[in-house]
Amino acid sequence: MKRVYVNEKWCLGCRLCEYNCAFANSGMDDMVKALKDVEINPRIKVEKANGISFAVQCRHCKDPLCVKVCIAGALHLDEDGVIRINQDKCVGCHSCVMACPYGAIMPSGHGVMQKCELCLQNSSKEPACVKGCPNKAIVYEER
Amino acid sequence: MAINFVEPLYEIVRDQTRCIKCRVCENQCANEVHRYDKDLKVMLSDETKCVNCHRCVALCPTHALKIVKSNNSFKENANWTQSSLLAIYQQAATGGVLLSSMGNPEPQPVYWDKILINASQVTNPPIDPLREPMETRTFLGAKPKDIERDENGEIKTKMPPQLELSTPIMFSAMSYGSISYNAHESLARAATELGILYNTGEGGLHEDFYKYGANTIVQVASGRFGVSKDFLSAGAAIEIKMGQGAKPGIGGHLPGQKVVADVSKTRMIPEGSDAISPAPHHDIYSIEDLRQLVFSLKEASDYKKPVIVKIAAVHNVAVIASGVARSGADIIAIDGFRGGTGAAPTRIRDNVGIPIELALAAVDKRLRDEGIRDNVSIVVGGSIRSSADVVKAIALGADACYIATGALVAMGCHLCRSCHLGRCNWGIATQRPDLTKRLNPEVGSQRLVNLIQAWTHEIKEMMGGMGINSIEALRGNRLMLRGIGLTEKELEILGIKHAGE
Repeated sequence: MKRVYVNEKWCLGCRLCEYNCAFANSGMDDMVKALKDVEINPRIKVEKANGISFAVQCRHCKDPLCVKVCIAGALHLDEDGVIRINQDKCVGCHSCVMACPYGAIMPSGHGVMQKCELCLQNSSKEPACVKGCPNKAIVYEER
Repeated sequence: MAINFVEPLYEIVRDQTRCIKCRVCENQCANEVHRYDKDLKVMLSDETKCVNCHRCVALCPTHALKIVKSNNSFKENANWTQSSLLAIYQQAATGGVLLSSMGNPEPQPVYWDKILINASQVTNPPIDPLREPMETRTFLGAKPKDIERDENGEIKTKMPPQLELSTPIMFSAMSYGSISYNAHESLARAATELGILYNTGEGGLHEDFYKYGANTIVQVASGRFGVSKDFLSAGAAIEIKMGQGAKPGIGGHLPGQKVVADVSKTRMIPEGSDAISPAPHHDIYSIEDLRQLVFSLKEASDYKKPVIVKIAAVHNVAVIASGVARSGADIIAIDGFRGGTGAAPTRIRDNVGIPIELALAAVDKRLRDEGIRDNVSIVVGGSIRSSADVVKAIALGADACYIATGALVAMGCHLCRSCHLGRCNWGIATQRPDLTKRLNPEVGSQRLVNLIQAWTHEIKEMMGGMGINSIEALRGNRLMLRGIGLTEKELEILGIKHAGE
């Protein structure tokens, strides 16, 4: 399965991935319209400390803890290997947030959780963070 | 506070309707031009610090930025221009020599743009490079004058060492120190993939890059930085740098802030010390002395590698080249006055040397007249900007071209001409780790490969149009060129006819 991999050696910490993620998941067709005066809540987060930076989002684990702990059956591992969340089922218990070892699931701000679904179902069709990375610090590939 | 007489040359225009305050411009600017004001909730900029490198413009996700020339003007004066006034203000404030980077930006004639290329019509058919073979492979090195055979008819003549290039283009000298590790790796990987060569410049060779040796030219310059037996054995050829087009008559200068740990180790000089190369080689005061160094290097490399002598294009370049061709050198590299640099005194960069087009034509003619053209191959550099420049250079008599500025531009350089400040936002001319990581060699080398492949396609198209199917047949074929808008004297020096003749 193709996954998003991060190479911190080339990450500039520019946060373009965060903005591209927020735009791709906004459902809008223009970045300005989508993100102007908006506090973004992206599904990918750049972590920075001591001159090192890298972007973190869902690893799409083969044996996902988030799915195991989900009390509402909202999280599931699809046949294509992608872990998806059904926000209609989510009850907002935060169990998945607690369980995820990567901190890759977060509240959406609407009472339910959100996570990276590789942009396969939004307008980007492929990970927007990867497409927008200026230095190939995030790649989408089979390993 | 003293008055700052030097006013900003650019204005940063931010379209506030488009700006989403993502602060990419802020985090990408090493000159600290952009900042976010929490109270006003807007991005602000201080253009006094801007060098116009376009990093922010290129990375702004909503295209909200542009940098324009400031129309803040002094009273018009055709003699005391804005640039001459600003230079005086700057020197009056600092007392220093003006420093600049990259090539001469002054509006001197560019002869490449005044030369037109021929094409076949009717009587000798053009060749379609997509359907018929077209040879761009080039061999550099001394060529034997005659072929001798023994009694059995076998060839006795020994071929001097040659460099084989898949296309007549090489990346010219840029030292590790002046450019970053990642820029060097990009050049080395691209040269290897393309089957051409890149040049270490005078900064030695980082231990990680010895593996690219077959595609490396190692340079020995007046400072002898990083020169060792291993270094000399590492490359495919050795270049002696006598001069550089951007600053003929003076040596290199790498500011101490760029001499970081790895650079210091590679150059074999103390960390943080300025690397200043002497103007002359202290052991070369004549062609005979040059010959000694050429043969010392040949001896050190077992006579297996061609030796290149690089000179700047100066007034008597033809005579100098004639001497070099008799010194035992295999290749002469000539660097024109528009060639780039990581740091040069502005007045020298802008006023010393001559255009490469005239130097090349003069050298090729002189060597042919003296019957020693085959002693050496000629490589020219100093602002080769396109495949058309390459074709024109070869038709004027060059064997191959050196490109460096073009290669940097391919990797992202925007010619802001601030390399000497060491804060290159594109990660090229800097040693700051947070900036050097901006150039991922995977991206950089691919862009270089793309550029050279594109140029090679275009060279083939242009050669095909002329009905020529190899670089060999184009070399020195000045009948394929015509001048436009040139004087009799210029045409005479270039050895070409005027358009219409």
